Amino acid sequence: MLEARGVTKSFGGLLALDGATLTVSDGAIVALIGPNGAGKTTLFATLAGFLEPDSGTIGFAGGDVTGLPPHAIAERGMVRTFQITQPFARLSVLENVVVGAYLRTPHRGEAMERAAAVARRLGLGDRLNATAASLTVAGRKRLELARALATRPKLLLLDEVMAGLNPTEIGEIVAIVRRIRDDGVTIFLIEHVMQAVMSLAERVHVIAGGRIIAEGTPAAIASDAAVVEAYLGRGAARRMLHA
Amino acid sequence: MLSPDILLAGTINGLLTGAIYVLVAVGLTLIYGVLHIINFAHGSLLMLAMYAAFFLWRSTGIDPYLALPLVAAGGFALGYVLYRCVIGRLSRGKDENILLVTLGLAIVIENAALFFFGGDTRTVEVSWAAETVEVGPAFLPLAKLVSFAAALALCAALGLYIARSDTGKAIRAVARERQGARLVGIDVEATFAISYGIGIACLGAAACLLIPSFYVAPTSGHAFVLVAFTIVVLGGMGSFLGALVGGFVVGVTESLGGLLLGESLGQIGIPLIFILILLLRPAGLFGSRA
Amino acid sequence: MSARAATAALLAAALVYPLLFFGDGAWLVRSNYAIDVGMLALFAAFLGQSWNVAGGFAGLTSFGHVLFFGTGAYCSTILHVGHGVNPWFGWVAATTAGAALGAAVGHLTFRVGLRGSYFALITLAFAETFRVLANSVGFTRGGLGILIPLDQRAAALQFHDPIWFYYLALALCASGLAIAWWLTRSRFGTYLAAIRENEDAARALGIDVVRQKVRCLALSGAMAAAGGTFYAQKYLYIDPSIAFGVDRSVEMLLVAMIGGAGTVFGPLVGAGAVVALGEATRALSDARGLGLILYGLLLVAIVGFLPNGLVGLVRAARRDA
Repeated sequence: MLEARGVTKSFGGLLALDGATLTVSDGAIVALIGPNGAGKTTLFATLAGFLEPDSGTIGFAGGDVTGLPPHAIAERGMVRTFQITQPFARLSVLENVVVGAYLRTPHRGEAMERAAAVARRLGLGDRLNATAASLTVAGRKRLELARALATRPKLLLLDEVMAGLNPTEIGEIVAIVRRIRDDGVTIFLIEHVMQAVMSLAERVHVIAGGRIIAEGTPAAIASDAAVVEAYLGRGAARRMLHA
Repeated sequence: MLSPDILLAGTINGLLTGAIYVLVAVGLTLIYGVLHIINFAHGSLLMLAMYAAFFLWRSTGIDPYLALPLVAAGGFALGYVLYRCVIGRLSRGKDENILLVTLGLAIVIENAALFFFGGDTRTVEVSWAAETVEVGPAFLPLAKLVSFAAALALCAALGLYIARSDTGKAIRAVARERQGARLVGIDVEATFAISYGIGIACLGAAACLLIPSFYVAPTSGHAFVLVAFTIVVLGGMGSFLGALVGGFVVGVTESLGGLLLGESLGQIGIPLIFILILLLRPAGLFGSRA
Repeated sequence: MSARAATAALLAAALVYPLLFFGDGAWLVRSNYAIDVGMLALFAAFLGQSWNVAGGFAGLTSFGHVLFFGTGAYCSTILHVGHGVNPWFGWVAATTAGAALGAAVGHLTFRVGLRGSYFALITLAFAETFRVLANSVGFTRGGLGILIPLDQRAAALQFHDPIWFYYLALALCASGLAIAWWLTRSRFGTYLAAIRENEDAARALGIDVVRQKVRCLALSGAMAAAGGTFYAQKYLYIDPSIAFGVDRSVEMLLVAMIGGAGTVFGPLVGAGAVVALGEATRALSDARGLGLILYGLLLVAIVGFLPNGLVGLVRAARRDA
């Protein structure tokens, strides 16, 4: 589905991505973890075309998408969400999702129908006519997800969709994400909530200093104490195993 | 082809006008640099200050140059109050909103001037305004020479004030890092209002220096709006040095443009510079903003 | 009353209005002045709608929309006076020129990422550049302006009776409303709203932001240019400051902002308010400027407290009722 090779990106003198290489296979749920400032969001932004890599290639769904603009990449089926939610604040929840649905159909009726269906599936059914600005944090996270899902993506890049949620809400999102995958959408997610990573992801990539330093099943990554301690901080391995 | 003497005279003339432009633009760039406000009311506030200088002269006979401290102080007070009561309160939203608010203020000020003062053109007549001084090939009006020197002196004073005084330090801190400044105990809102006040005080000074060799009417500010913005984007939004160089560049461009292209087409230089800078080098010549 | 019924009633009233004042058979009193005031309000509403398409629906706040108006006015007038082209064809050409100029300006500015205040200021500078050019080059006859020869035949897009210009303005206004309504119901309009609200999110969802903004400015420019031809044919004279003066840019913006930016009926409501207020203040006081003082205050108040303008006020009142 996704194959990044040697992706490098620097800002001024600062090297944010240093030859990051990884693959995400079809139909998988894959997590990207790493300490703050490791380059997680930069990697997502680069994959989705928001940043142009200095070097390296990004292959997606059998084609090369390196250097393509974000809308062209979204068109091909790779859609990102934002860590800090970016709602169309003065539009209604339904209109927000309709924007996504329009990527696959120019017809309003069809787009509205699809958007309403997606929104209901994500538990936003009773807020369809509320403005996006009036949603709670959890509501905004769902809206972010619903909008992206309405574009009928092949691969979703989810940037911390669980941050700031309480345990009940996290449980709900975990179930939603799993259902999305079961419908055939590949999931690549950045997450700090280790409990979610352990229960959701089939593969985990660890990024630090702009490089992918480890890759494996969640259990393998968690037991690789050296890696975890070194890059996620003291005590992290224990926390992961007990999560 | 024009003779070198005429070109030299044109250049000198442009530099003299440019000094006033610098004074107008320094206020604008200060306001942008600190508040990130694009102050569209700048031209009409300048016009208002020119009326102040005019009426002071007509009612009491005070020479505009002597009235400068008074008009500048009045400008500061007006700016401070305007920011506290209107602009600051509405500045929560997007920058287009601030632009629209300052546009609204400009419309109000300009038409209030039309309503109360009428549309007539007014001039200040001071005895020495017609005197000229011979500089190289050119005979220069004394008024312009005085305003040139005064504009440079005021810019230097302002630069020193911002660099050295406690208020200046607070202003620079707020411009660079709003939250940080708040944390170290700077009253950010007050600093905003002071910066806006200083910006308008600069206009007060510019008005007093301008009026002996210019005139005032409700639309007098128009001519300066695009000029001031051009200088500010040319020099880089928020850069004093940029405003200084930009002011002279624009003054000379305007003067030589008039000589080379004729009175009418010569006016194209300023909007054209503005467009080209924004399209090609939006950070300006001295700006650091990407 | 449903929105549809209200619209139908409004349209009927607009159709009937000039009959109250027109000719010997006037239902109320014969008054060309009253017809012209109505025409001015409809025309201002149309120009305001042109601004609204860009500034209201897509958030492309322009301070120099007169650029397109003046281009349209000069385009049809030069074709007509200088080259003998029938003004009806000239009107089509002017509209096309407005679209092309909108696309060109959009292409230049949006590709380098100018937006917000910078876009507003660069449109102002473009309008000023065109004003200086119109003042200086030969084919516009410089500051003298161009006089359109009197030829009051419908075939020459001139009318003896003001009622026909009224109905022409009504047609323009109605087409503007139709365009605005279409924007609330189409993919294009939804994309513009998304771009206005959040460009990054729009991009992430597959919207080619630059392309949509360019299309939007082309549409808006075409409308304003069509208005320019209408103006020239009505008043039979244009010069650089009529065609490219900043005052008209401000009026377009005011009409849309006061009525309600980004709403279908905002420009119509705003134009009604502006024209009514203008006539009222003129009746009350000889001194100039009073009307604009009020508009300026209204603009400040609306930006600060009523982002959806007078239309928003009405909506809020209806919700409370």
